Amino acid sequence: MRSGRRLLDVDGVTVEYPRGRRTPPLRAIDGVSLTVHPRETVGLVGESGSGKSTLGRAILGLVAVRSGRITFDGHDITHARARDRRRLSTDLQVVFQDPYSSLNSARTVADTLAEPLRVHERLSRAEVRGRVHAMLDRVGLFADAAGRYPRHFSGGQRQRIAIARALMLSPRLVICDEAVSALDLSIQAQILNLLLDLQEELGVSYLFISHDLAVVRHMSHRVVVLHDGKVVEAGTTEQVCDEPREPYTRALLASAPVPDPALQRARRESRRGTTSEMVAVRYV
Amino acid sequence: MTEVLVSVAPAEPVAAEPGFIRRLLRRPLAVASLTFLNLAVLSAVFAPVLAPYSPTELDLSNVLSGPTWAHPFGTDDLGRDVLSRIMYGGRVTLVGAAIGVTVAFAVGVSAGLVAGYVDGWFDNAVNRVADMALAIPHIIILLVVLSVFGRNEKIAMVTFGLLVSPTAMRIIRGSTLAVRHELFVDAARVSGLTTRQIIVRHIVPRVSGAVIVLVSLISASAVLVETGLGFLGLGVPPPTPSWGELVAVASTQVHTQPWLLVPSGLLVAVSVLSFGLLGDAARDASTEGWQARTPQGRGPRRRAVVESAEAAVAERAEAEIQVPTGSLLSVRDLIVEFATPAGPVRVVDGVSFDVRRGDALALVGESGCGKSITARALIGLLPPGGYVAGGSCLFGGRDTVRLEAHALRKIRGSEIALVSQNAIACLDPVFTVRSQLGELVRIHEPRISRVAETARVRELLEMVHLPDPGAVARRYPHELSGGMAQRVAIAAALAGRPQLLIADEPTTALDVTLQAEILDLLCELQERTGMAILMISHDWGVVADLCRHAIVMYAGQVLEAADIEAIFEQPLHPYTAGLLLSNPQLGRPRQRLSAIPGAIPPPGRWPHGCRFHPRCSYATLECQLGPIPLLEHEQSRVARCIHSDQLRAKVSV
Repeated sequence: MRSGRRLLDVDGVTVEYPRGRRTPPLRAIDGVSLTVHPRETVGLVGESGSGKSTLGRAILGLVAVRSGRITFDGHDITHARARDRRRLSTDLQVVFQDPYSSLNSARTVADTLAEPLRVHERLSRAEVRGRVHAMLDRVGLFADAAGRYPRHFSGGQRQRIAIARALMLSPRLVICDEAVSALDLSIQAQILNLLLDLQEELGVSYLFISHDLAVVRHMSHRVVVLHDGKVVEAGTTEQVCDEPREPYTRALLASAPVPDPALQRARRESRRGTTSEMVAVRYV
Repeated sequence: MTEVLVSVAPAEPVAAEPGFIRRLLRRPLAVASLTFLNLAVLSAVFAPVLAPYSPTELDLSNVLSGPTWAHPFGTDDLGRDVLSRIMYGGRVTLVGAAIGVTVAFAVGVSAGLVAGYVDGWFDNAVNRVADMALAIPHIIILLVVLSVFGRNEKIAMVTFGLLVSPTAMRIIRGSTLAVRHELFVDAARVSGLTTRQIIVRHIVPRVSGAVIVLVSLISASAVLVETGLGFLGLGVPPPTPSWGELVAVASTQVHTQPWLLVPSGLLVAVSVLSFGLLGDAARDASTEGWQARTPQGRGPRRRAVVESAEAAVAERAEAEIQVPTGSLLSVRDLIVEFATPAGPVRVVDGVSFDVRRGDALALVGESGCGKSITARALIGLLPPGGYVAGGSCLFGGRDTVRLEAHALRKIRGSEIALVSQNAIACLDPVFTVRSQLGELVRIHEPRISRVAETARVRELLEMVHLPDPGAVARRYPHELSGGMAQRVAIAAALAGRPQLLIADEPTTALDVTLQAEILDLLCELQERTGMAILMISHDWGVVADLCRHAIVMYAGQVLEAADIEAIFEQPLHPYTAGLLLSNPQLGRPRQRLSAIPGAIPPPGRWPHGCRFHPRCSYATLECQLGPIPLLEHEQSRVARCIHSDQLRAKVSV
């Protein structure tokens, strides 16, 4: 997977949020570097406040980058202007966590899906409708979904619509920001399968941001572990998840309960020492 | 991809959404106001053709006539026909109002949208200007303008529009701010929309309700202002009629011919009313397509439910509710319904289980399966509209679903406690941790001394391993991190020394490391205090970590119940097996998971027969014929499936 050109290259990126005049700005991510190759899934895992979503937003141009460089397909997009961003949006898309807030409740599914086409391509109404229906079919929704409002759909169905919107322009990289975290287990499995199928079929790359190690491990070729805005560990999924080098990664892996009572009991015993230390550290 | 196709079968038959006009015309009040306003506008526009007389035609032989055949609305003090003057007057008044509304809309609404969306210096500048404008007395400015421009009503109404636009700006800015941070705006930016496109296509539809109401209110007030100017004699110079001038004339004759006030006064009043009603109706019609309808309706009164439930239980003639020895809580055939406008909808359908002393039992299932509702029904904390329609829940010899509110309150907290997902929301933001825990301690031990209370609070905080309990006790809830808040919530639950702790997804909102800490804590507390835990979760890892028994729920029913080891090793219901296999931890990396097709059916649309059969790969015709009972297997296991043996054969291979 490491062979070939880099699609996305994040190099030493720092993002700060201002906190008023007196307080110094909050450094949400601090010198983070990672790369995504074509057809590759890179998992970005971390706890809340680790800066994982901020990094996704920085790549999308939704927050300003303080320092560092973001390169997409050889072009520097760190401080891309609105017009360049608009061109970029055919290649770079996003699926957010909350399928309730990420779809405009006042617009029909067809409006939502047709929007990227209307912005970027000159197509006739019939062509747009054809593309919308084809995409709905592709993500497993019936064509009659087009005329309905988001309130008619369940969380899983809405997430399919959000995925459909992201794929309308056949992007090369989709940033999945906790894309399955709000879903039930069985629906989550359906959406993960859909994302895997679409990658197989369309050759899209994913930057898969999640707090759920199991999901990241299942989806990713490579994993980057983020903690307090810094990269703690990065490597292939096997390296990071099976032979973690850093104590933080190990604690993270040890904390996630496994669905096996006997194994989990053994893990609990071995963990007891480490987590109580972490409690002490956390509240000091 | 067959699974996916099944999964997203639309829940309800698709009817084309009727357009805005049709939705508006379905409302009688809207039709009435629309008719009236149209009539007023059309009669003004076509006044030269329709009016029976010229508005200035004098008939001094027939003054103040009252309604006659020749003059249906009567004549004024100079014998002019009131109907004709109303029609011509509308040309002045309605045009004036339209000018005011247009200006207020163009300036106020657009400034509000842009200020709310772009933020920053523009927002600041607009707000400063608006603050200053709001401090100016409107009527004085209007009078100045009229005197400078020589009773030019149009300029006066433009001024009025400008004067009300700060208010409009404020309202629209507020609505826009609320929408701006939603993720779909970010998604639109990522899709390459320009700021203008985002405002027009995404923000405007969402704030349209506020805009419509605002426009209707400004219209009404513009009519009133124009009439007011006319009444004060500041409007168009006579003899040109306007509605305000008509009211003014009528008021001078109120002692000689009171009738004169009726047509003009009613006209103004009904116009203002119509604008308001039309605005409300238009707002509803424009948002009804996409806005979620709030369920309405309430359950029957508790007592009535209790009586009917008692009757149902009596009917079963003490069908010998067998309470196993050592059982702390025995739920039998629990039925929970919600009242909706379409009638009662059942969400929990005959659930039975036992929690033994010191046990840790998991209620597992996807959202919407009824697991949380079941737990909440046990302690009388159902959401509005929900009520227990049958069954019993024995706890220490009492049936909690049939207890009066005050008796139930005594059990809650002191014998059965609840820890829920959102810990911060459970704490009152205006009191410190110390005072909230202290209050709970006093409720359970009313005669406790101040010193003992403080010691008990400290002990509770130490029990949940909060380092430096003294410092934590002095904090307010917003000063706690998520993990600390959950610990405080657990401490609060422990205040009454409960025998049963209901933990409703207590770790779902937490990070994995915090989750592990909380699970360890619950585990340890259970060992120390011997309380039983009823854990509600969708996470098999959490269940495996903490619980000894598990009950799998689906569509309001128990599908399977077994010891935790047994259920993981050999599920006897295809749904349990499917849920386990949906877990990415058990799948092979980057290979498709064997996902269960479809989605859990909502209450009220449960399929006939086995409720899981449409999503089940083992389903046969038999599964659809009738309800499937819970079948018993060895090791006191039960499963609601007639194909358990097949499943067993397959898994063990």
